[in-house]
Amino acid sequence: MTALDRKLWRDLWHLRGPIIAITLVIASGVSCFVMFMSTLDSLLLSRELYYRDHQFAEVYAPLKRAPESVRQRIDRIQGVDKVDTRVVAPLRIDIEGFDEPVNGLITSIPDSDQPLLNQLYLRRGRLIEPGRNDEVIIAEPFAEAHRLGPGDSLHVIIKGKRKKLRIVGIGGSPEHIHQLRPGGMFPDFERWGVLWMGRTALAHAYDMENAFNHVVATLLRDADEQNVIDQLDDMLKRYGGAGAFTREDQVSHRFLAQELAQLENLSGVFPIIFLGVAAFLLNVVVTRLVGAQREQIATLKAFGYTNWSVAWHYLQMIMLIVVAGAFIGVVAGAWLGNVLSGIYVNLFRLPFLHFELDPMRIVQSTLITTVAGMLGTLAAVHAALRLKPAEAMRPEVPAIYRRTLLEEMGLKRLLSVPSRMILRNISHKPVKSLMSILGIALACAILMTGRFQEDTISFMMDVHYALSQRDDIGVTFNEATSRTALAELRSIQGVEYGEASRAVLARLHHEHRSHRVHLQGFEQNAVIKRLVNADLRPVSLPSDGIVLNEYLATKILGVQVGNLLTVEVLEGSQRVREVPVVALIRQDLGVGAYMDLRALNRLMQEGDVISGAYLYVDDRYAKEVYEQLIDRPQVAATAIRIQEIRNFHRTMDETLLFWTSVATLFAVVIAVGVVYNSARITLAERSRELASMRVLGYTRGEISYILLGELALLTLVAVPLGLWFGRGLCAYIAQTLENELYRVPLVLEPDTYAFSALIILLAAAVSGLWVRRQLDRLDLIEVLKTKE
Amino acid sequence: MVFHTRGISKTYRMGEVEVHALRGVDLDLFEGEFVVLLGPSGSGKSTLLNILGGLDVPTTGAVRYKDQNLSAADEALLTRYRREHVGFVFQFYNLIPSLTAQENVALVTEISSKPLPPEDALKLVDLGDRLDHFPAQLSGGEQQRVAIARAIAKRPDVLLCDEPTGALDLKTGVIVLEALARVNRELGTTTVVITHNVDIARMADRVIHLSDGQITAIEVNNDKKSAAELAW
Ligand SMILES: Nc1ncnc2c1ncn2[C@@H]1O[C@H](COP(=O)(O)OP(=O)(O)OP(=O)(O)O)[C@@H](O)[C@H]1O
Ligand SMILES: [Mg+2]
Repeated sequence: MTALDRKLWRDLWHLRGPIIAITLVIASGVSCFVMFMSTLDSLLLSRELYYRDHQFAEVYAPLKRAPESVRQRIDRIQGVDKVDTRVVAPLRIDIEGFDEPVNGLITSIPDSDQPLLNQLYLRRGRLIEPGRNDEVIIAEPFAEAHRLGPGDSLHVIIKGKRKKLRIVGIGGSPEHIHQLRPGGMFPDFERWGVLWMGRTALAHAYDMENAFNHVVATLLRDADEQNVIDQLDDMLKRYGGAGAFTREDQVSHRFLAQELAQLENLSGVFPIIFLGVAAFLLNVVVTRLVGAQREQIATLKAFGYTNWSVAWHYLQMIMLIVVAGAFIGVVAGAWLGNVLSGIYVNLFRLPFLHFELDPMRIVQSTLITTVAGMLGTLAAVHAALRLKPAEAMRPEVPAIYRRTLLEEMGLKRLLSVPSRMILRNISHKPVKSLMSILGIALACAILMTGRFQEDTISFMMDVHYALSQRDDIGVTFNEATSRTALAELRSIQGVEYGEASRAVLARLHHEHRSHRVHLQGFEQNAVIKRLVNADLRPVSLPSDGIVLNEYLATKILGVQVGNLLTVEVLEGSQRVREVPVVALIRQDLGVGAYMDLRALNRLMQEGDVISGAYLYVDDRYAKEVYEQLIDRPQVAATAIRIQEIRNFHRTMDETLLFWTSVATLFAVVIAVGVVYNSARITLAERSRELASMRVLGYTRGEISYILLGELALLTLVAVPLGLWFGRGLCAYIAQTLENELYRVPLVLEPDTYAFSALIILLAAAVSGLWVRRQLDRLDLIEVLKTKE
Repeated sequence: MVFHTRGISKTYRMGEVEVHALRGVDLDLFEGEFVVLLGPSGSGKSTLLNILGGLDVPTTGAVRYKDQNLSAADEALLTRYRREHVGFVFQFYNLIPSLTAQENVALVTEISSKPLPPEDALKLVDLGDRLDHFPAQLSGGEQQRVAIARAIAKRPDVLLCDEPTGALDLKTGVIVLEALARVNRELGTTTVVITHNVDIARMADRVIHLSDGQITAIEVNNDKKSAAELAW
């Protein structure tokens, strides 16, 4: 080992404090990156494998009823690969001991085999056995919600007929990964069940013998998608076809895709921010570490060491830090990625996780930090090398200490000598001070991002359910009926008030863009269901025309108020009409298209009918109201808002908790790393000067004041700046997160500001205490022995 | 001739103030000479020495070392010049705090072609028993002796010493000066020593007086004394 190598190791050991701190900062940045990227990669891969291995269909065509013979004609459509027909039926489910209404969807599978497409994933139990018409397979989350397993039984009501079924299997299908009731916003596994039954048995129960009401298909590689859709629509028109669509409009796929896209967006933001901040801090710290050794650099040069060998010496030191940090980061990140993927797999209800850590991700993160570290090192070494050795060897006195502005303003007499030293120290190295401030501010800013999501999601939920979707129970009827159905509901004891609603499945077209939605109609003077404008003030529903939420209008359809929208009704009359867009509203959750109930009925030409109701219910009678609703055959589905919200929180909480803790942990590490390093390096730079002051008779307290005062002043400037940065960062994240599922408003609770500021101040206080201890131990003799 | 300077001056600019550290120095130094630089504090001695050693370049004027033009040399050339020819003893010792005495010497011998073993160099300055001590564990004078050992260990062609005995007592001062004289005598190393001690000038072949950035006098000493003979 050469003397220079020895110096390397000794310096590493001597600087272990700041080095450990910066290593952890890098590790945080890298592990955040690895965690996110591996989670994203793993989820995409898991979904892909699930889709592929279970033959996820590409085209979906619901219809009223067609004879099985039509299947052959579909088979012959150009571009179609595999075709499967099935019976899909809505049903009500009766579960012993659960007195709230439960609805669901049951799909047929072959009597003794896997279907051709959308094959089942069996977690437990088995498929249907031939000849058994009472066997059913239920979806895993539904089974979990009610603690049902193979061998248990449940009652279902299909087409008004009650039937007892025996559960033989628990599983899932690629078309029901994300399970939503029609028009629902969040999964509700307790009150919405997905089931599968043998074709013969279901056809019998649903009056679909030798017929089907749903087609799924896959396409050949070079198929013309639109052509297949058009041909299917043509062919199925006389069988009550409700518009064929591709995967992109398939509910489960669409939601999952949106959620993954969101995660992808997050992955594009957070890791970059964390890694970027870590890289920046590494750069700052390295610059100061190397800068503190300028005299040693000059000495090495005086002896004839070349610039390159000096630079290499420091590069090695930094590379060791970077590699150690990256290593810890990758290991921790892979572990956290596994946990996070697990949480998401649960949240998204993917049946399995195929965890994948792409070596490319390791290379990427290591590369980013390495380059940042190298640039920092080279810049600092370069700065030291640029000086002539003779100059660099002297203690650094580049600038002239000037009197600061405050002193100029005549405050001199008010400030003690130590106070003036603080101000001069800061102002005489403005860049260094600025970098410290910036570092601390960035740490403060990323602390805010961890909690921001929590704030904004609560806000979004509050706005949606308190201002707009204000019902206690939403009822959906089997089919459009007269208003007497509403009157009936209102007469139930416990129902305080009720409003009519109508939902029509439609495809909205504008130019080349289109979107499938439930077009919702309600009364103009409605108080339960309301629309709000951008300022969250209620707006009244125009008596004609269509109202869209901002996102659907501008981002999906590209329409403005005044444009004509083509409404293609996908049920009943199947009419196509031009309707003007008359207003845009704010709706942060989901997308929505609204019309006055009367106008919607005119459009449908079906008279004054309704298809659902929103109810206010007295809490004390909730149970009785549920019972009544369950007993009414015309009630197809019941949404209990409070449950919807609870469900949402339950699923979100785990994710958010993990997310917030991890982000906070990383941010704290980064914050402490920065503040500690600032203090530590300042101490190294100042120890001689401070020791001299001690020799002159200043007390420990007085010299601590100079150093800690500087640290405190920098921190106090950095915190407000950091909060401001944090706000900007959150705004940026909010913007990136915007998608069909929700638009994230920029909401930051005072708590979040306070928390971030507090963590920084705590980090500063702890670092300050540490510095204070070091100062108390300052060895005056040793510091003053060398030089002059 | 080893060094040949013509009209070198050095100006430091600090804001609006200009400090003229050197104002037109013409100087020739010869092979194997032992030269002492004398002058009041701030007269420019260190500045001149640093320019001769290739640590700094003059603002104007020419410096030659043998056939190399140092005032026009680039960074790489100056580095090679220092590495191959120059041994330094700095006014502020400039030891690497994280290296022991022996390693501080090794730092230089490792990049020289015909060095003394570090231990021998340290024995020359009477520090053979302090090899493994860190600078912080040595007195100021001992640190200076390590710095001298480091300078002579590479057997340089020129040895440039900035107040090498400033912090030393008589006994060690004599040891150090003897070591310098021996290297000068036995290896023919051209040696330049800055000092405030007029007595040391009696060891020199020539004494150069500097004042306010200019050479005011050059004395030739015909009665060279050995270090032991100096009365402190
Ligand atoms: N980097 C610098 N910036 C500004 N002025 C400088 C610098 N280096 C030296 N000087 C000034 O140049 C002049 C000559 O300095 P030099 O160090 O050569 O003096 P010296 O003769 O070695 O003094 P001493 O005996 O006190 O060491 C002094 O006035 C000094 O203040
Ligand atoms: Mg000097």
